[in-house]
Amino acid sequence: MSDLLKLTLDEVTSKLKAKEVSATELAKEALAACEAAQPALNAFTAFDGDKTLAMAAASDEKLGKGEGGLIEGAPIAIKDLFAVEGVSTTASSNILKGFKPTYESTVTSTLWDNGGVFLCKTSMDEFAMGSSNETANSGPVNNPWKGPNGEMLTPGGSSGGSAAAVAADLCFGATGTDTGGSIRQPAAFTGTVGVKATYGRTSRWGTIAFASSLDHPGPFAKTVKDSAILLQAMSGHDPKDSTSLPQDVPDWISAVGQSVKGLKIGVPKEYRVDGMPEEIEKAWQAGIEWLKAAGCEIVDITLPHTKYALPAYYIVAPAEASSNLARYDGMRYGLREEGEDLTGVYENTRAAGFGHEVQRRIMIGTYVLSAGYYDAYYLRAQKVRTRILQDFDEAFKTVDAILTPSAPSAAFALGSKSDDPIAMYLNDVFTVTANLAGVPAMSVPAGTDKDGLPLGLQVITRALDEETMFKVGAALEDASGFNAKPEKWW
Amino acid sequence: MSVTADDVRRIARLARIAEPEDRIDALTDELNGILTWIEQLNEVDVEGVEAMTTPVKFALPQREDVITDGDCRDKVLANAPKSDEGFFVVPKSVE
Repeated sequence: MSDLLKLTLDEVTSKLKAKEVSATELAKEALAACEAAQPALNAFTAFDGDKTLAMAAASDEKLGKGEGGLIEGAPIAIKDLFAVEGVSTTASSNILKGFKPTYESTVTSTLWDNGGVFLCKTSMDEFAMGSSNETANSGPVNNPWKGPNGEMLTPGGSSGGSAAAVAADLCFGATGTDTGGSIRQPAAFTGTVGVKATYGRTSRWGTIAFASSLDHPGPFAKTVKDSAILLQAMSGHDPKDSTSLPQDVPDWISAVGQSVKGLKIGVPKEYRVDGMPEEIEKAWQAGIEWLKAAGCEIVDITLPHTKYALPAYYIVAPAEASSNLARYDGMRYGLREEGEDLTGVYENTRAAGFGHEVQRRIMIGTYVLSAGYYDAYYLRAQKVRTRILQDFDEAFKTVDAILTPSAPSAAFALGSKSDDPIAMYLNDVFTVTANLAGVPAMSVPAGTDKDGLPLGLQVITRALDEETMFKVGAALEDASGFNAKPEKWW
Repeated sequence: MSVTADDVRRIARLARIAEPEDRIDALTDELNGILTWIEQLNEVDVEGVEAMTTPVKFALPQREDVITDGDCRDKVLANAPKSDEGFFVVPKSVE
């Protein structure tokens, strides 16, 4: 691998425009690097080299004429939840084995309109249900960062393959989806930048549905600026998604690097949880000091309903999932297992096609929505959600942004939490609030722990104020000077 | 509220998942663990609180009531487990 792939998206698009490198050359190099890394990282679920090279050739033609979009010619990895026309799209589930969409998701088609080149599909927790990428039907993804004794670590989840691909310099950006933290937690675990914009900024059309009121497509990137470029290249109003915001996309890229002087930064006391490693606390304190030094005012705030966010999530998300996943019935696409009668076909198909975690969540969702329980569970959880949004509304009367850790630990060893669903769910304790409230949030690498593993800090802002999020994210990135990379072993 | 093994069989039936009998006990424990954990929501005062719908209030967009898509039978059938003569083939469901 040459050093080309180590460049940031911002750097490589400049080189492409200056014709110092061709999109075809770049695509070939990225494909070769991904294929070489696959046996070790297991981060990818599908390639289509012909499609990649055809798109790269089309980019070269545009670049040759001095034309081209925001990310013209840059190879981008795509989470296996996004429909890419003609390419296997399975949500890392056996129930969709062999599914090749005859249409393109809005987020990916927007990326391609902006010049992105399809590189590959990335592995994920099955149907995005997980925090360690261990529920993928193709097995866990290995984090490019290894443990202190060489042990394999999770890249986080559910968007683990995308996070690993960006961290290992195998692409110039990747898509993910964040329903409870599935972009921000893996970003924190891999030393990458992960962004979830305001709910509705990025279209959900053509993205395999998990929990529709919580699903947020967004980018993984090497730098805050790259993440702003990517978010800009995938956002916009989509008439095909009724929850897509009818709003113009602001210029987020130029927010990066702007002064944060005078901004008020909230530090919520509820994010100091029991058993949180001291190093996470230290990283958080460092973040506070950096922002102070950059001229921000630090304000202690309270978000009193924080502890109820995860339990509310584990009603709302399974309830919506049980409805969304009802479509996998073995009739029109995907797996079909024979049975004695029609119901038998449904039951056998879904038993064979869904893994245990997905089955568990569908069953929780079915139960909380079943006759007599709707008000006690789902309706109550949606009201608790309003309380959580009110917490944020109250806080944002006095502060411009909120700073928290992204995850309660660094990347953990594969297998260490897979027997205890609730221990696994607790990974999302800091991220899930922003999904429930729909407000923008990002994870920025902030340093490393004693084992040299990356730690992330999270910036949360008001709905529609991604601009402030990017400003603060960039200030943290600048002050932290984070430039650690995993040692190449793949 | 906790669930029994029979409840779990009923939920599995409702969810159209054929859970093998040897998974029922483990599933009952797992579901009860999760249901007990989410019960803490009962501590929250939600009196007079409206259920959350969206963080950004906007009028649901409407469009002309016209056909915008279609004439793509082969695309619709492309991923069918079974199809014949332009139709999905499904198990017999009417006696």
